[in-house]
Amino acid sequence: MTALGALIRRDLLIAIRAGGGALIGVLFFLTVVVLIPFAIGPDLPLLKRIGPSILWLGALLASLLTLERLFTADQDDGSLDLLTMSKTPLELTCLAKALAHWIASGLPLVVATPLFGLLLNLEPTESLTVALTLLAGTPALTLTGMIGAALAVTLRRGGLLLAVLVLPLSIPVLIFGVAASNAAALEPSSFGTPFSILCAITLSTLVIGPVAAAASLRQGID
Amino acid sequence: MALIDLANPTRFLALTARVLPWLIGITALLMLFGLQQSYMAPDDYQQGATVKIMFVHVPNAWLSMFVWIVMTAAALGTLVWRHPLADVAAKAAAPLGAAFTFVALVTGSLWGRPTWGTYWEWDARMTSVLILFLMYLGLIALWRAVEDPSRAARAAAILTLVGAINIPIIKFSVDWWNTLHQPASLIRSGGAAIHSTILIPLLIMALAFSLLFLTLHLAAMRNEILRRRVRTLQMMQASGRA
Repeated sequence: MTALGALIRRDLLIAIRAGGGALIGVLFFLTVVVLIPFAIGPDLPLLKRIGPSILWLGALLASLLTLERLFTADQDDGSLDLLTMSKTPLELTCLAKALAHWIASGLPLVVATPLFGLLLNLEPTESLTVALTLLAGTPALTLTGMIGAALAVTLRRGGLLLAVLVLPLSIPVLIFGVAASNAAALEPSSFGTPFSILCAITLSTLVIGPVAAAASLRQGID
Repeated sequence: MALIDLANPTRFLALTARVLPWLIGITALLMLFGLQQSYMAPDDYQQGATVKIMFVHVPNAWLSMFVWIVMTAAALGTLVWRHPLADVAAKAAAPLGAAFTFVALVTGSLWGRPTWGTYWEWDARMTSVLILFLMYLGLIALWRAVEDPSRAARAAAILTLVGAINIPIIKFSVDWWNTLHQPASLIRSGGAAIHSTILIPLLIMALAFSLLFLTLHLAAMRNEILRRRVRTLQMMQASGRA
């Protein structure tokens, strides 16, 4: 337990102190949100209608951007070998790393969402609902992305492959996240169903993600 | 025990060398017979001759999913039993699956134009098949990104298993998201909803395409084994001269 705690603490410290890692994702998220009105024109009613989708898409791309760092830094300095050889089960190590990564890069996206909603002409309650769905959905993005990151870390040309592998896996999260956000805006009574399914997806990736990531790390080492 | 006997690549090569010519012959005959039967099948009273696209479209759509199931079984063989031919089978199946999926998408699109009035619609089935196609391509990219075949095999096996879990999820999620494609009409409670004059050619074509997959798969596995032998020989030669 202490080993996992120390790992989470270490990853968080690296994310905060080295290279402003956590904020790069939020900055990218902001850039995507700002780019959309340039692409479709400053049509406020249209932006209001597609606002939740834009926020979800921006958060998805931003979380993809930071995924590559999940294992590469550890592989570069050799600590990934130590982690795989330690007595702590690799599945739990992966889960701890995912937790630290989500706190460092997923949670800031959720916190920034209500603010970015203002740029898209969303009501405060709508923005808060999108933030709530992101709070439920971004762990699933991190956990499925971790599988791709673990597969890509052993390859030399990992970067672009990671996106190709991870994006199809994140489609259900996107569908139900956007469905829940839109349902909340249109008819609040139908918010529960997609939101529950979103939570269910997150919970099942909580099981599948660490196991699959640990398996792919093991095959990469030997 | 047959599976264990086949674990020896040399024995596999010898067996398939004997089986393949017969398989090619049967596949060709059945394909010709199926095409002739499809040609003779009556036109639909609503859709006219375009209904005949179905005889190619439906078998390919079935196979696009069946090939992923084959790859899942092969992935289990790689990860659990370390069966030496399982990764060869998985690698050979991926481009075939992508091809079947592509044909299903193209024929479906050509069929959609006269009947629905559009080549593409973001409908649940079409979208999930398109995602399946993307996952096949990602899997092929992963196979190609790793040089060492046995390491590539284990990485691809993990992705195949994750995909096998994810494909039903995608299927149901897009089902609830949007729908235009007709529901399953062959395997459903209350029996098939297709008349036998169309059903029989369809089943013949499905069998013919399944045999085509088997033939191409065995041939591709042979090629892959030979390719690996060539690679090993080249590496031995290179290290011998150095």
